[in-house]
Amino acid sequence: MRQFYNFVIKEFIHILRDRRTLFILIGMPMVQILIFGFALTNEVKNSKFAVIDRAQDERSRQLIAQLDASRYFELTAQYPSIESLEGAFRKGQVRLGLVIPEAFGKEMERPGGTALQLIADASDPNVANTLVNYANAVVLDFERNVSGEKKIPYTIQTETRMLYNPQLKGAYNFVPGVMAMVLLLVCTMMTALTVVREKELGTMEIMLVSPIRPLKIIMAKAVPYLLLSILNIASILLLSVFVLDVPIRGSLPLLFAESILFILVALSLGLLISSSTASQQSAMFISLIGMFLPTVMLSGFMFPIENMPLPMRVVSNAVPAKWFYNIVRSVMIKGVGLQHIWKETLVLLGMFGFFMTMAIKKFKVRLV
Amino acid sequence: MSKLAVILRKEFRQIIRNPAIIRLIFVMPIIQLLVLPNAADYEIKHINLQVTDHDHSALSRRLIDNISATGYFQVVGYGTNSKKAMAAVEMDQADLILEIPHHFEKDLIREESARLMIAVNAINGVKANLGGAYLNTLIRQFNGDIRTEWIRPERLMQPYAIKTTHTNWFNPEMNYKYFMVPGILVLLLTMVGMNLTAINIVREKEIGTIEQINVSPIKKHHFILGKLIPFWVLGLVVLTIAFGIARLAYGIIPLGTYGAIYVFAAIYLLVILGMGLLVSTFSATQQQAMLVSFFIMMIFILMSGLYTSIDSMPEWAKWITRVNPVTYFIEVMRRVVLKGAVLADVTRELIIITCYAVLINTLAIISYKKRS
Repeated sequence: MRQFYNFVIKEFIHILRDRRTLFILIGMPMVQILIFGFALTNEVKNSKFAVIDRAQDERSRQLIAQLDASRYFELTAQYPSIESLEGAFRKGQVRLGLVIPEAFGKEMERPGGTALQLIADASDPNVANTLVNYANAVVLDFERNVSGEKKIPYTIQTETRMLYNPQLKGAYNFVPGVMAMVLLLVCTMMTALTVVREKELGTMEIMLVSPIRPLKIIMAKAVPYLLLSILNIASILLLSVFVLDVPIRGSLPLLFAESILFILVALSLGLLISSSTASQQSAMFISLIGMFLPTVMLSGFMFPIENMPLPMRVVSNAVPAKWFYNIVRSVMIKGVGLQHIWKETLVLLGMFGFFMTMAIKKFKVRLV
Repeated sequence: MSKLAVILRKEFRQIIRNPAIIRLIFVMPIIQLLVLPNAADYEIKHINLQVTDHDHSALSRRLIDNISATGYFQVVGYGTNSKKAMAAVEMDQADLILEIPHHFEKDLIREESARLMIAVNAINGVKANLGGAYLNTLIRQFNGDIRTEWIRPERLMQPYAIKTTHTNWFNPEMNYKYFMVPGILVLLLTMVGMNLTAINIVREKEIGTIEQINVSPIKKHHFILGKLIPFWVLGLVVLTIAFGIARLAYGIIPLGTYGAIYVFAAIYLLVILGMGLLVSTFSATQQQAMLVSFFIMMIFILMSGLYTSIDSMPEWAKWITRVNPVTYFIEVMRRVVLKGAVLADVTRELIIITCYAVLINTLAIISYKKRS
């Protein structure tokens, strides 16, 4: 045990002396949580829309102003014809077009009403869908405003409440997501690389013949990263609470304990990668290029998992970040306790056990 | 020139004789390109709805039937207990709660007006907004139907009705894969290119072989070019394979010209590879280089406009997207593949990316020092 302890100290000194790496390791998660926390949102807002206003009357101007004033749209330009609008679409300057027919205002007053045409840039279908929905909602509001005092009989009013996130802040979703991503990738990559580095530089040979059990040496390499990551969790949480205004509604010790469990999963995965690769390049390839996009896309914070086709839902279960994202979201934002996340916790424990066993099994004490 | 040829031969050999890496370079992107685009479906469906019905009237049941008949909503729970409904949201079993108050039907008949409550789990913005908006639309339609049935005909012809129709340009079938596949292709190409070059020079530093190059008569720009060209060729091969997959697996054939994509990609690769080399010359260990390029890449990828809309970002973040080369490539892809752009249509992007390439590679050459 004493030997193990000494090795941990040695690894620590290694990391502390490499100021630049240390600086990046501590600074990077903070910078990322700030950038993504403020910049990313799944909401579609301030989308550019253009108008072909064939009516040019009071009502059409009111409608355009109301669209422009909503949080979802921003008027860019008015075009005289469909052709010129198409040009703007092609250049990506406009996401939604609104065509107002001639005599819009007059037709509105008549029984039977009038018709509007919306044109959406469906090259991004998700955004197009959302924009059409929003535009419809704004038009309905406009309709209601205009009909004003005239009481429409048999009206069902709806009252919509946004639970947990009334201001629809992107950070509520992205802080847990980015946290899962950064912790997973950094921990996995760092452990994988430090061990493989010893192989590449030839110092592994020395360790394998030393009296201490080689497995212990490798574990000792993971310990400093565990502590560093705990520091990172603390800094991420501090920033999200005090700068991004994301609350921690649940228990803080629980959140920390779960994060540490997640870090252990990442570290053991890193060890597994390191024991099955021979060069830092391959280790990097697997831990970074292999894991980056699957983590972004399959952990649920970019694309809701329930929306995916069945095979993808099955595949997503293998992504550790998915489980952790659920945990963080539940504890931080919803404020629920362990009884709601025991399943996720068990899965992470299982993953940790599996990766660790595999890593130990695959670890070779011989060079060839 | 012959010096460059010698270096190129060396670099190419170094890549080819490492089959483990070659395999990873090709296999990893191909698998991801085959799997990942299937995940990116924002289409609203499978929204889990919890209904709390305090009314238990014919009307409330009809409303619920109407909602579940659309296929977008699954009624996962039905009851009279508001607390239970909340618990379902806490457990992630429900995304939305529809609460029908007591006397809903009665109010609507007697007072000519009634209320409904909707509660949305708003942690994930997509579901919150779309699900909520869609449920509202359904209720309005329902409202319209009821009105038509109940009202005497002379009151029915109400003015101020606006009908809206919509057209989806460039992608009428709303196939999100047409958008996602080229986007993911760009991301994969970027990651492979940048990571390979980022740890390349630093690897020579770590192993010590850089000393030999430093004492050789090779010029600085020869060295950088020698590192660039093999990966550039490799990048274009990966791009070609990826387009093959896009065509075979997803049926994606650009409406515009392949020429426009290749010209842009060729210059774009220089930017990405140059960036990798720049990181490499500044790093002391492969670990450092990896960390830095991971940091840059994560920002590039998440701020590229592929996953979240750039319009929704605050002004300072839009500036990040403007210096982000990935944004430009994704925009060019979208225009060429879906909007049928040819080379002339992407001139602005082409000029920007060319300036970028010159700048980055000059920096890379300057910052590589032959002294240790």
